[in-house]
Amino acid sequence: MRFLWQKLGFYLVALWAALTLNFFLPRWMPGNPVDILVSKLAQRGEVTPATRHAIELLLGMDSSVPLWHQYIDYLQQIFRGDLGVSVAYFPTPVVDVIGQTLPWTVGLVGLSTLISFVIGVGLGTFAGWKRGSWIDNMVPSLTLLQSVPYFWLALVLLFLFGSVWQVFPLNGGYDIYTTSPGWTWDFVGSVIYYGTLPALTIVISSVGGWMLGMRNMMVSTLAEDYILTAEAKGLRPSRIRAVYAARNAVLPSVAGFAISLGFVVAGSVVTESVFSYPGIGSALLSSVNNADYALMQGIFLVITLSVLGANLLVDLLYTVIDPRTRARA
Amino acid sequence: MSTATQDPALAAAAARSQPRRRRRTLPPMTPKLAVGLAITIVIAGFGAVGPLLVGSPSEVRNIGMTPPSAEFWLGTTQTGQDVFAQLAHATRGSLLIGLVVGILTLLLSSFFGVVGAFAGGWTDEAFSLFTNVMLVIPGLPLVIVISSYVTEKSVWMVAVVLAITSWAGSARVLRGFTLSVRNRDYVLASRVSGESSWRILTVEILPNLVPLLASQVVFAVIFAILGEAGLSFLGLGATGSFTWGTMLYYAQNGLALRLGAWWWFVPPGLMLAVFGAALALINFAIDSIINPKLRDGTREQRKRWRMTKEQLRESEEEVV
Repeated sequence: MRFLWQKLGFYLVALWAALTLNFFLPRWMPGNPVDILVSKLAQRGEVTPATRHAIELLLGMDSSVPLWHQYIDYLQQIFRGDLGVSVAYFPTPVVDVIGQTLPWTVGLVGLSTLISFVIGVGLGTFAGWKRGSWIDNMVPSLTLLQSVPYFWLALVLLFLFGSVWQVFPLNGGYDIYTTSPGWTWDFVGSVIYYGTLPALTIVISSVGGWMLGMRNMMVSTLAEDYILTAEAKGLRPSRIRAVYAARNAVLPSVAGFAISLGFVVAGSVVTESVFSYPGIGSALLSSVNNADYALMQGIFLVITLSVLGANLLVDLLYTVIDPRTRARA
Repeated sequence: MSTATQDPALAAAAARSQPRRRRRTLPPMTPKLAVGLAITIVIAGFGAVGPLLVGSPSEVRNIGMTPPSAEFWLGTTQTGQDVFAQLAHATRGSLLIGLVVGILTLLLSSFFGVVGAFAGGWTDEAFSLFTNVMLVIPGLPLVIVISSYVTEKSVWMVAVVLAITSWAGSARVLRGFTLSVRNRDYVLASRVSGESSWRILTVEILPNLVPLLASQVVFAVIFAILGEAGLSFLGLGATGSFTWGTMLYYAQNGLALRLGAWWWFVPPGLMLAVFGAALALINFAIDSIINPKLRDGTREQRKRWRMTKEQLRESEEEVV
């Protein structure tokens, strides 16, 4: 139990740090985001004093109120779920924009990361089990794929499959002409069809890392005495591989899975921009291009919170699959 | 019956000709390391010397989008700029960013990782908490947010922002390793014999960390170059700089993809990929020092481990 509380405590601190960072970022930066934002909003429609006040709380620059008071107001506003109004998608509130775009990113990034993890760990198990086999010799070349930037791989795949062979669509999340969002076969099929290429990009560029990590851990684990014991007992090799070696070797990969989520979300921002995927990354970019600071801060907060949440989830899962973490605490 | 694959006499000769085993401070020159080093040196040389030899990368000509020719080795952009000249300048820009971020990351991560773990107690707790918090805050979105506030960015600022958002991972790795070194007997012994903390840190502990530090720096350089490329590709890079990322940004905006101008967007990406791959190859070699178990166990080497027919016969005779 103590371990659990420690973990929860850490995530509370991290949450506080994220919120505070989000509060201070616009206040530290040069320029006056509030004025830029309000003047942009004024072009679209009337700005009420209440709206202006809300923006000031989010982005600062209200010099009449002391900083600590602004901070408390800001926290209250965040916990009410009020992140202001978006300029880029005027007059939709920021929360709604995030609500519409987040499922796309979570679906795309979550699924493709999971696929990549499963394939990578699976291949890594066999590569470590049979060192020097053809699978093992694949490891370096697959790891090299990792140094290929996401977005460039996306560009090349798009060029080949979109322009040259025209197998997959060039951009978008689904066919906006023939289908409409909803739980219909047409729509889901369209989403899968449009999502294949972005997902493929993420899988190709990340599978090598999982494979290498798992392979190296397998090699280390196979040198342990209990593997020798298991072999001496005459257990079937497949059982030793799966239950004795792989189960122990996969633990660091699971821990790495949490950390990698942050990188993957970051990478997906760029990938989404290449594919014009209607996810949160595209929304972040359009907010940057439109100087839509409220939306930008909101999205940064949500991305940070999702990464935190995913990390917490993996940490809790880790206590289940690795009893040592519970015993040590 | 198959014949023995190895001639014992030859093997013995090979063993004699090998130099006496020295203490391994440098990684063994494996093909992987050789290829990695060669590519790195070639690309770094291209970045250092190339810009001096080519013409102006921004010069506009009225021959837009021409494929590679004898005059323009990599063709021209849509406004007739020489892609090869741009590539030379971009290589210099990207490598510079990588170098600066690598150094900054090294300083930050060794400060928070090594010093924290060595000091122990509350310092360690605080440093470790700070590191872990920095680790879960996603880097690139933070960089995007920061760089969207600042409209005029110098290369240095981009490098500093990238370093601030990327040191945490390697600090954690370093901390773990320092903790294990710190508790080794010989460190305790030198503590008891009255060595100063500073000396223990620099003379007893740091040399053990060198391979790990080296591999972390190589990683940092890869991440920095990729991160900068991503940032520039989104149009958020340093103002007026030439990097592989800005080339890709202009290629994407110049519709190089739709027009099939592969000579514009393939070279910078390929440079990124090849350079990253070369650094990864170097890292493989460094990894094999940190963890000798990871050294290549290829089929060729395994065959050498087996006993030759002659040895087998001898051992059987001994048993009988």
